[in-house]
Amino acid sequence: MAENHRAVVKLKEKYASSVLDVREFRGEVTVTVKKEDIVEICRFLKEDAAYNLLTDVTAVDYLGQEPRFMMVYNMYSIPNKDRLRVKAPVAEADACIESVCGVWSTANWLERETYDLFGIRFNNHPDLRRILMTDDWVGHPLRKDYPLQGPDREPYKGRLT
Amino acid sequence: MASIEKMTLNMGPQHPSTHGVLRLVLELDGEIIEKITPHIGYLHRGVEKLSEHRTYHQTIPLTDRLDYLAPMSNNLGYVLAVEKLLGVEVPERAETIRVIMAELTRIKSHLVWLACHALDIGAMTVFLYCFREREEVMDIYEMISGARMTSNYFRVGGLSQDLPEGFEKKVRDFIDAFDANVDTYEGLLTKNTIWLQRTVGNGVISAEDAIDAGITGPALRGSGVDWDLRRDNPYSGYEKYNFQVPVGEKCDTFDRYKVRLVEMRESAKIVRQALDSLKPGPILADLPQVCYPPKEAVYNTIEGLIHHFKIASEGFPVPEGEVYQGIEAPKGELGYYVVSDGGNHPYRMRIRPPSFVNLSAIEKMSKGSMVADLVAVIGTLDIVLGEIDR
Repeated sequence: MAENHRAVVKLKEKYASSVLDVREFRGEVTVTVKKEDIVEICRFLKEDAAYNLLTDVTAVDYLGQEPRFMMVYNMYSIPNKDRLRVKAPVAEADACIESVCGVWSTANWLERETYDLFGIRFNNHPDLRRILMTDDWVGHPLRKDYPLQGPDREPYKGRLT
Repeated sequence: MASIEKMTLNMGPQHPSTHGVLRLVLELDGEIIEKITPHIGYLHRGVEKLSEHRTYHQTIPLTDRLDYLAPMSNNLGYVLAVEKLLGVEVPERAETIRVIMAELTRIKSHLVWLACHALDIGAMTVFLYCFREREEVMDIYEMISGARMTSNYFRVGGLSQDLPEGFEKKVRDFIDAFDANVDTYEGLLTKNTIWLQRTVGNGVISAEDAIDAGITGPALRGSGVDWDLRRDNPYSGYEKYNFQVPVGEKCDTFDRYKVRLVEMRESAKIVRQALDSLKPGPILADLPQVCYPPKEAVYNTIEGLIHHFKIASEGFPVPEGEVYQGIEAPKGELGYYVVSDGGNHPYRMRIRPPSFVNLSAIEKMSKGSMVADLVAVIGTLDIVLGEIDR
């Protein structure tokens, strides 16, 4: 079914070399694309596939895997009432990706948060500052190698770990 | 000739009209706002990070504390996301009770919004009336979960316990009297000259701009976008209920006010329908590896105790995968994006808070207006710093 998804068909036609993976899980379609084309693909999805609402931008840290980070864009189409998730791998050595602020202005704060908590830089972002942590904070708390109880403390040795 | 100088004014973080610890740095030309720089994060508790180190059940109480004015909506979004990952079907009775509580929560959250919004603009009486009714919802909360705010009532697979005796009567009494109460609020505000002068034409944002800024929920409907997740992507059995989705026209604070008032009345209608359709039955899915055993079994049998201990201490494994579950929370779309690596705690849990995204549009909505109108815009956005900062 994922292959027949209305946006996936178009994406595969137009950006065949850029689509790395298409997956469906529990009825949700996820497309993984190359990070170089993220802005172009987002613009295409917004303008030609009516994904006019960017619900969320975030990242996942797969520490120990290569590439380490995965950018995640959850989008919604108000006219068609359906969702699509676009992901783009980001390597640790080059932890940056183009900003999609020019496509949806929602991305401004969401990308700032991702930068703040994961340390992924967004090129051409209009105002890339920390947002939840203070400006002089060192480190990026949602990275997997950032200790739960903060830096300079013994790592958490709770029941689960 | 007097010299003209721009002034920078600091508003908050401790300011009664910023609804929590929000700090805004305003650049003013006289009393006209030229630039707003919001500073947030004062309440950051790292809920997303914490949940990576807890079992799936242990995260539920953390979600109560996000939007603390609507705890059960947060619980609902989270348990639905985990249930989606697991592929679990929840029994009908549990779904119906969830809808009742989610709608009462919407009423409760909207009451606080109306109370504070009116108080900010100078109407003290409405504040007292709204809190009087909100107290009744808190009593219902206390009745079923033991807590007035941090309810922690929903469980993955169903509910923590069945409804207590007298619940239905209490809710019906509240709902039956509620329409008249909304009439009272409307009587105090809708045609009140001061209220109209403060809200009509204030904080205007067109539908196109609102979607571009990611605004969701009643704030988006106030701009004329007919979209409600409960109707358009139903979850938890919302497709069974009959309700209207109010939509504004003029995209201003007054229309958003009208939308939310109608929403409260519609929520009451949904609660009534849900109570009518409530049938006896199980409140937890038949999934012993995920759901807690009944309390009688825990207290009286060794198997029940072991079972409870296993789930409380180890949790349960969740199949590898990722899901996003969005729900129509009182303030907009509340989303949970949960990634599982097959273990007993989330590999990553992302919360998409409606207030965070709605707040980011504040500059667009109040640039060029007066400082006093900014207070009305903060009120109409209906933000809660607990979920903005997480």
